[in-house]
Amino acid sequence: MILLKLLKSDRSGTFMLALLLLTTLVVPICNLLLPESSSLHISTYTMTLLGKYLCYALLAVAVDLVWGYLGILSLGHGAFFALGGYAMGMYLMRQIGSRGTYGHPVLPDFMVFLNWQELPWFWHGFNWFWFAMLMVVLVPGLLALVFGWLAFRSRVTGVYLSIMTQALTYALLLAFFRNEMGFGGNNGLTDFKDILGFSLQSDHTRAGLFIASATALGLGYLSCLYITRSRLGRVCTAIRDQEDRTRFTGYRVEHFKLWIFTFSAMLAGIAGALYVPQAGIINPGEFAPLASIEIVIWVAVGGRATLYGAVAGALMVNYAKSYLTAAMPDAWLFALGGLFVLVTLLLPRGVTGLLRKKEVTR
Amino acid sequence: MSMLESIRSVMRRDEVFEFLVPDTPPDLDLTHGIILYLEGINVSFDGFKAINDLNLYIDDGELRCIIGPNGAGKTTMMDIITGKTRADSGSAWFGQHINLLKMDEPEIAAAGIGRKFQKPTVFEHHPVIENLELAMGGDKGVWTTLTARLNGEQRDRIDEILTIIGLQEQHNKQAGSLSHGQKQWLEIGMLLIQNPKLLLVDEPAAGMTHQEMERTAELLTSLAGNHTVIVVEHDMDFVRSIAKKVSVLHQGSVLAEGTMDDIQNDQRVIEVYLGS
Repeated sequence: MILLKLLKSDRSGTFMLALLLLTTLVVPICNLLLPESSSLHISTYTMTLLGKYLCYALLAVAVDLVWGYLGILSLGHGAFFALGGYAMGMYLMRQIGSRGTYGHPVLPDFMVFLNWQELPWFWHGFNWFWFAMLMVVLVPGLLALVFGWLAFRSRVTGVYLSIMTQALTYALLLAFFRNEMGFGGNNGLTDFKDILGFSLQSDHTRAGLFIASATALGLGYLSCLYITRSRLGRVCTAIRDQEDRTRFTGYRVEHFKLWIFTFSAMLAGIAGALYVPQAGIINPGEFAPLASIEIVIWVAVGGRATLYGAVAGALMVNYAKSYLTAAMPDAWLFALGGLFVLVTLLLPRGVTGLLRKKEVTR
Repeated sequence: MSMLESIRSVMRRDEVFEFLVPDTPPDLDLTHGIILYLEGINVSFDGFKAINDLNLYIDDGELRCIIGPNGAGKTTMMDIITGKTRADSGSAWFGQHINLLKMDEPEIAAAGIGRKFQKPTVFEHHPVIENLELAMGGDKGVWTTLTARLNGEQRDRIDEILTIIGLQEQHNKQAGSLSHGQKQWLEIGMLLIQNPKLLLVDEPAAGMTHQEMERTAELLTSLAGNHTVIVVEHDMDFVRSIAKKVSVLHQGSVLAEGTMDDIQNDQRVIEVYLGS
């Protein structure tokens, strides 16, 4: 009932979700059931690539919620994505067991290499899937809660907040690079074997991960849609447009910012957790400030303050990235920068803004 | 408090812990007929005294105009009342029991003080009706707003306010597309729907046409009585058309107070405005 009402209020989004559902059904079928000789066969590589795009799309939706609807330009959402990814990576590392190069029954390879004798305290519990999944949302959520509580309470806004989020992700980048942190240093976590007992190399597991990513994107999209269509969403856009007015109207602006920011960080964490088993590696590079800026560009290209725009932007820019980094590896960063400049100048409402004739910012 | 006393108060379990008692302001007490007391207030910004020993009393149900040259501290005074600026010293009481200096903006708004800004500030990307919905009184927590829906009573209230501010026909229009005067009225409507006891209105007539100004004057005078209204204004004609009592602010304190005629014949006021 609520679902129907929601979908009715967002035609383009419904179209996108229908497309997503279709892809979720067709891609695994084409991969698993059709023989490789068939022209409709989709390779496992392509399916995994698409799965990663879907994780990026969920991340873009999370960023759009705080940037497009709440006006917080977070240049550090990559950090929450990476933390979710690390939580999943730690689970996957513990699943390797004694199959590592050094064959240690408990310690992951890099710890044996560093001559560590026992598992650090924060690695305990990650052999259980449910615990790792809890951490996937709790760790980014808690970081966002503490960071947001400090920042929003002191009424840090605008550019200053953006710089702080950059500093946050950069600090984490430096920390995770250190071997002493116990997260594999600059190599990160890799060489995963299986998840929940299924081999990560098998096509069926890959298809399962693809479907999980698509489901997460769909549910994440719907929950964000529910928020933006509620009165809470209207308060958020009110904060974005007139923060002082909202405060004098009697809303505790900092509470609203804090909860939406935390929710968004949790979504980013889930996206990261689904990304890692498909990418096969998580390393500190995900914390790089540039990675977080890229997310913002996806949203800007797609059109901010439209959730489907964020999805479309993430898919388009990442497809272009996959294509260009293969065809002209040196040109990609120039293309990305140029794209951002062009979109800002010519398409302030993004690509989806072209489709919308009249102003629909609600 | 000594250690022993603290332990005793913690051990006493016939009452809840002090920190668990919800921090709600006491009800507005108007037994003495005065709604706002500002006493001995001082504020300085980097050595500049914006407010200098300000004393001001506003009666319940009154329509008070505050005039004064630029930099007299009119807007700073409003900032103090609404919690935006902290006073260095002095006291500000809303009724007999509510200490405004200890509260922040949302608390003060919830206690019943509404504020209209100098520049019309409405939520431009929302339709008129949603502007009023957002401003409506009630629980404004994060979780309640997530599931909040308008009920019939609230719809009636919005209609009522739309009638008062004369924007029934524009109710589905984006607030950003309203004319300047209409935005000012919408903002006043957004204050009204919060059921405030005290309305602070900063330069309502600025940039208005003559007809719009007349309508605004009518609107404000009709509000006085049920609400207490404080109007800060530059336009003397406008002030004359609505004011019964006028306070003149100069260099952060009240220079003169009285009817418009008294004020205009006051030698000190003439000096301030015209120079000696």
